Amino acid sequence: MNKKRYTSRLDLKNGTVDMTHGAGGRAMAQLIDELFVGSLDNELLRQGNDQAAFDVPRGRMVMSVDGHVISPLFFPGGDIGSLSVHGTVNDVAMSGARPLYLSAGFILEEGFPLADLKRIVESMAAAANLAGVPVVTGDTKVVEKGKGDGVFITTTGIGMVPEGINISGDRARPGDRILVSGSMGDHGVAIMSKRENLTFETTIESDSQSLHDLVAAMVEAVPDIHCLRDPTRGGLASTLNEMAQQSGVGMQLREEEIPVKPEVHAACELLGLDPLYVANEGKLIAICAAADADRLLAVMRAHPKGAEAAIIGEVIEDEHNFIQMETSFGGSRIVDWLAGEQLPRIC
Amino acid sequence: MKYVDEFRAKSTAQKLSRAITAEADPERRYHLMEFCGGHTHAIFRYGVQDLLPENVRLVHGPGCPVCVLPIARIDMAIAMAEQHGVTLCSYGDMLRVPASQRKSLLKAKAQGADIRMVYSTQDALNIAKEQPDKQVVFFGIGFETTTPPTAVAIKQAQALGLKNFSVFCNHVLTPAAIQNILESPEVRELGTVSLDGFLGPSHVSSIIGSQPYEFFAEEFQRPVVIAGFEPLDVMQSILMLVRQLNEGRHDVENEYTRVVSPEGNLKAKRLVAEIFELRRSFEWRGLGLVPYSALRIKKPFAEFDAELRFPVEEVRAADVKGCECPAILRGVKRPTDCKLFGTVCTPENPMGSCMVSSEGACAAYWTYGRFREQAAS
Repeated sequence: MNKKRYTSRLDLKNGTVDMTHGAGGRAMAQLIDELFVGSLDNELLRQGNDQAAFDVPRGRMVMSVDGHVISPLFFPGGDIGSLSVHGTVNDVAMSGARPLYLSAGFILEEGFPLADLKRIVESMAAAANLAGVPVVTGDTKVVEKGKGDGVFITTTGIGMVPEGINISGDRARPGDRILVSGSMGDHGVAIMSKRENLTFETTIESDSQSLHDLVAAMVEAVPDIHCLRDPTRGGLASTLNEMAQQSGVGMQLREEEIPVKPEVHAACELLGLDPLYVANEGKLIAICAAADADRLLAVMRAHPKGAEAAIIGEVIEDEHNFIQMETSFGGSRIVDWLAGEQLPRIC
Repeated sequence: MKYVDEFRAKSTAQKLSRAITAEADPERRYHLMEFCGGHTHAIFRYGVQDLLPENVRLVHGPGCPVCVLPIARIDMAIAMAEQHGVTLCSYGDMLRVPASQRKSLLKAKAQGADIRMVYSTQDALNIAKEQPDKQVVFFGIGFETTTPPTAVAIKQAQALGLKNFSVFCNHVLTPAAIQNILESPEVRELGTVSLDGFLGPSHVSSIIGSQPYEFFAEEFQRPVVIAGFEPLDVMQSILMLVRQLNEGRHDVENEYTRVVSPEGNLKAKRLVAEIFELRRSFEWRGLGLVPYSALRIKKPFAEFDAELRFPVEEVRAADVKGCECPAILRGVKRPTDCKLFGTVCTPENPMGSCMVSSEGACAAYWTYGRFREQAAS
């Protein structure tokens, strides 16, 4: 790589973002070189073009985009950098696809400490490396102080769907089984515990992680998985409602089967929240034919990211597309869409 | 989870369910009003009604602080923020409640008014400390449970010498509302609405104690059982009410002894009495003007009274046409009796206050229970 010479290196200890870092001049080039390319380093990014060019295999390609505005930027178990990789990798993977490449767009606020930006980019690089999905092209813009909130990151991902896989939210059929890959609500509670006016002590960490390796194992064992989706904003409840509506079915859940960590349960109790509506960033919901359910559950449980997987209910016929639940108390109720917002800027 | 799961155990629920069924006389019906929105929420969230025999019915009362606040008071809060430019701090539940002219605190915020959601009066005090050059008004709402924290905030503001903190006081009183319901024509004239007994409030009673209910039990000959908020508390209390009714008693009984004492929290009551006094009358959504049913800030603390510092016009505003919140809050109608329920009025787009708060009867019906109506229709 042609190392450009700058008068002095970026002050990654005490320096801050200023408007020149987004102005297209030398300061921007330096920020990109020393911070972004330095950390996210890969062959395509190193070429220094405004786009990444690569060959694509034959088959079905998926593409997904996700904007990240989470507050706080750093939280137990992750930060906006790793989250922005996991979020998009997972959105791509929920089609059954193998994610290939990511792009990243940064909107930085004037005055944002470069040291924090470095931490975020390094965390992003680590997440991308671990996932094996490189960030191959990017963009940086700077907005005036007060016009942003530190940093916003938008990532786009592309991936390839293996032959014969057809996963879609509209394929749930009456009789199908509903599975989750692990405990619900960890991410949302971890974020809430660090909110300025809500700080409380908890050992809960965000579950933010990429799930494409779990998905790969699942589709290999059960190619005919009907639906996959990660229950992020709005939690399990809202995601199940989305799929019920898309598929034109209802669902029947058993509250006792839904895994929720005791700490998450306790925090929700304290805050008056329902864990079924709290966001996750490293869990998935799978819907498959009843005959495939046990096999799928076994494969999920054999994978470290699905060790606590459970069958939580089944798909039923219902023209109203209600998600009904037998409560652990022995009564029944609806699990409705999230109304309004339980907590803003969770991802 | 320890100390919680014990109060939600399925096996105990089934035992209680059998006990209630055995106790309830199949020849009569039992209409029991849970006054508190917290109970309404618990009943729906856990599906308590499924565990009761068909002739034991729960009537949902007006004990949801968000639901009973009339539109005019929300209009006033918005006007304080818009006309006087104050920072208005409110509990989150209030933000989406429809005000007049299709406004709400949330919409006013989007249009530039400085409205903040807070979790406690302390958050509001902190905001006042952080921005000494801006006036901060705390939108005080709620029953006897939320009044003491407001009183503490006023005391603290006084101790700190804060000149930019005040309270828009809308605190209301439970006993006055219960009395109003019992005196209403629908309940008095037989055959319109029957109310055989009350599940008494949990948290409110932890402050006021069980004594204030003795008057109704005696005067109106209706049993009251003070019930905790957990679903097993609710079921145990229902059993106690059914027993009292069968035995022809109308006593005040306390199921929630782990929290509620006969005299309540004396320290909190003293503090509230120091800072607040009774209003001669206050408008409740659903109940209309109820005498001596709300509190205002006493003269010696007038500098903390936002109504005096930031005067705005109080215009009586009409509820949305067709909205049955008033009748629902009195227990006269059920949410499904309202034409707007689930058609134009949903939690996403609430027309009336009962659809906004998770403690409101309409929101609870819609969110947790509407499959029953669909199944029945």
